[in-house]
Amino acid sequence: METINYQNFRIEAENICVDYNGKVALYDANLRLKPGQICGLVGMNGAGKTTFFNALTGFVNISKGKIRINGESVRSAQKDQTIAYVPQNEGIDSQFPINVWDVVMMGRYGSMNIFRCPRESDVQAVKDAIERVDLTDHLSTPIGNLSGGQRKRTFLARAIAQRASILLLDEPFSGVDIRTEKLISELFIQFKNEGKTILLSTHDMIHVREFCDLVLLINKTVVAYGETSEVFTPENITTTFGGISPDFLFGPES
Amino acid sequence: MELCSFLTLDSFITDPLSHEFMRKALLMSSLVAAVCGFLSSYLTLKGWALMGDAVSHSVMPGVVVAYALGLPFSLGAFIFGVGSVALIGFIKQKSRVKEDTVIGLVFTGFFALGIVLVSKIKSNIDLHSILFGSPLGISLSDVKQTIFISLLVVILLSIFRKDLMLYCFDPRHAKTVGINVLFLHYLLLTCLSLAAVVGLQSVGIILVVAMLITPGATAYLLTDKFDNMTIISVFSAIISSLLGIYASFWFDLETGGSIVLAQTFIFLFAFLFAPRYGIFKLKKLFAGYKR
Repeated sequence: METINYQNFRIEAENICVDYNGKVALYDANLRLKPGQICGLVGMNGAGKTTFFNALTGFVNISKGKIRINGESVRSAQKDQTIAYVPQNEGIDSQFPINVWDVVMMGRYGSMNIFRCPRESDVQAVKDAIERVDLTDHLSTPIGNLSGGQRKRTFLARAIAQRASILLLDEPFSGVDIRTEKLISELFIQFKNEGKTILLSTHDMIHVREFCDLVLLINKTVVAYGETSEVFTPENITTTFGGISPDFLFGPES
Repeated sequence: MELCSFLTLDSFITDPLSHEFMRKALLMSSLVAAVCGFLSSYLTLKGWALMGDAVSHSVMPGVVVAYALGLPFSLGAFIFGVGSVALIGFIKQKSRVKEDTVIGLVFTGFFALGIVLVSKIKSNIDLHSILFGSPLGISLSDVKQTIFISLLVVILLSIFRKDLMLYCFDPRHAKTVGINVLFLHYLLLTCLSLAAVVGLQSVGIILVVAMLITPGATAYLLTDKFDNMTIISVFSAIISSLLGIYASFWFDLETGGSIVLAQTFIFLFAFLFAPRYGIFKLKKLFAGYKR
């Protein structure tokens, strides 16, 4: 096990811009995260949350700025299996003919040979990961027959099996049952203790207060960034959501 | 005498086998069907039916030019197949026209060019066999080409089987773990063009898209495992080819049409009676009887 230097940055994004055929999706965005930090990414639909994720994973190219993952390029982070992406439930084809085991095994593909033949260690990693998300009874269940929460846990298991040190989670709490929500929050605490860095996007303000050390409010660019207790203020949230008051959005108690 | 031999199942199967051209047609069509069936499970899951239609129609001018120049027709077809995809991508990126419109206008343009070329280039090109296929009249050089291309596609698909599945399922994850997604994209396109090239000999340019999507769609209704889907897809494609050729022999039907029609019937059967996803879910019916 490699030792983790908690002072070095896991993610460094400096003034990054992303545009799709001339349409700006994100500009001048900055983010710095250390090991063991959990950061919430909050913004409206179309504010650039998914684009931010895509830039960090290298799924889209940035047109300006710089991204360093563990001090190295995104390309070498991909090679090293450093980043795992857990998609939104809507982001995947739930009717795809594939079962839980095979999805989680995909987390190991990057470190296998070209034919993707699982070694003993890969099989063990997949087993362990599935156990951690409590899906051992569903190894050969097609993902189409899972509930929303079980499907979410399947993709979380894939990220665990990948042994990534950075987890990007797109709306991890949307459309999941209470049991899954509890399990995910327990896993977050474990991940934090293992020194993993987590960036999660969410619509739910309560979850941000509950889990996130840091919060990044974005609306095409960074509106505010910092410790949750300092930055997550009604004024900042109102600005992020284009002038709509948080009371109106989330009810007076949030 | 004729009627008698027709009535026994044994001779129904063996009689056509006594003809050299039938043996060749059955063998080559099965090979082509297996290749197209293999690829078919990827195309249906990726949602590339329209792309398959586009590529297969776009190879037309390539076939004509290659014949006119005395080149292997697969080469011309391949160049135009890949060229059409590149052009679709280019126009889509540089204009505000929607993708399905771009696909439709590019492939019809290529197809029209092919038809015009046939009428202009003086040669012994048989338009009918290009459009509707001619598995019964396949030449020796075509046989060699077909075997070569088929093996190439099967080898490529076998090596990158799992990567291609991941690419169809979750390209974002593939990219995140350092798998070359762009390469897989072009690999699938290349296989599509090559499969279209061999498929058109069996059923012709107009119907070859059926070879590329129907077996996959049939298999998709019958299983929840990707590997099984590929196997079912390949076998349903081979059986359709055999059925189609036999039907065309005994009832004097257009061969290409018969093969595709057989595929359509197998799909309809799955659509109606597939255990889990059919209209009359057979599993439930049987469960009902047991009670």
